Amino acid sequence: MHIPDGYLSPQTYIPLYGVSMAFWGIALKKIKKEVSAKQIPYLAMAAAFSFLIQMFNIPIPGGTTGHAVGAGIIALLLGPWTAVIAVSVVLIIQAFVFGDGGITAIGANCFNMAIIMPFVAFWTFNVIKGPSQSGPRFITAAFLSGYIGLTAAALSAAFMFGIQPVIASGPDGRPLYAPYPLSIAIPAMAIEHLLLFSIVEGVVTVMLIRYFLKHESTIMYSMREVSSEKV
Amino acid sequence: MALLSPLGIILPEKFGAEDAWGEWGLDTLEKLLGYLPEGLKKTADIWAAPIPDYTFGGDGALLPVKILSYIVSGIIGIILASVVMIIIAKYLFKNEK
Repeated sequence: MHIPDGYLSPQTYIPLYGVSMAFWGIALKKIKKEVSAKQIPYLAMAAAFSFLIQMFNIPIPGGTTGHAVGAGIIALLLGPWTAVIAVSVVLIIQAFVFGDGGITAIGANCFNMAIIMPFVAFWTFNVIKGPSQSGPRFITAAFLSGYIGLTAAALSAAFMFGIQPVIASGPDGRPLYAPYPLSIAIPAMAIEHLLLFSIVEGVVTVMLIRYFLKHESTIMYSMREVSSEKV
Repeated sequence: MALLSPLGIILPEKFGAEDAWGEWGLDTLEKLLGYLPEGLKKTADIWAAPIPDYTFGGDGALLPVKILSYIVSGIIGIILASVVMIIIAKYLFKNEK
């Protein structure tokens, strides 16, 4: 769902740049407060991981491709604000170096995958998990955080695509930018993510959270909050 | 994982899957629509990425070339992402002290 250059009108991508920049500013302040210098290696790993997992394009036979983003698990492990910066860094590198996602659309893509996604994932996880710290409810929460997080990001991207014909059409009535209306964009993005890509994201989230729970539960942001609440 | 990453291009190729929804190139889009939206045409090529689509040989490159460049891209991406994160983090924590 990396929106390329030319698919969004300036009246869409310029405000989204503003929103994303505001989030980056807050995120940097939060990281400074919440993250210790010892965790710097984890920050680097998080960004590297997100870059890598996005390279695994999953095909729908005869159709399109898609991929997981990893923003959900980063939000669970290192906090949503860290995920904002880590995934944004990845998206910016992808845009500038690899032409994956447009330069003009960096604000939009960061908004979807580096802001909407980690926060939705984080909230979903906390709401569903409740007080549980393991067991089926915990695992379900982890799966759904990835699943709903990625789907939310996809829907947000679809919404951006879909409003383009309405807000930017040429004098001949033909759309100037992304050509498909909401009625096409939303189902197209929703179905492929609900049925495949978001499932992959959910499974990845579960696998990683189980690993970290077993081996390095002290770094986990979402668990840390639980334990500090108890004290 | 970087070494496995070519699966991300081999599988789609095998299944005949095309670009992701909403990420079509200009020629694909023109085929789909029968025309090119004006504004889209103007901004689409605003930036020439040094390694477009994670491939060195362009769209027509052979699969082995694509696979190799995908691995190299993966490694470049990991290194870049880590370095940028470390620089940001170092900067944040330096100010603190």
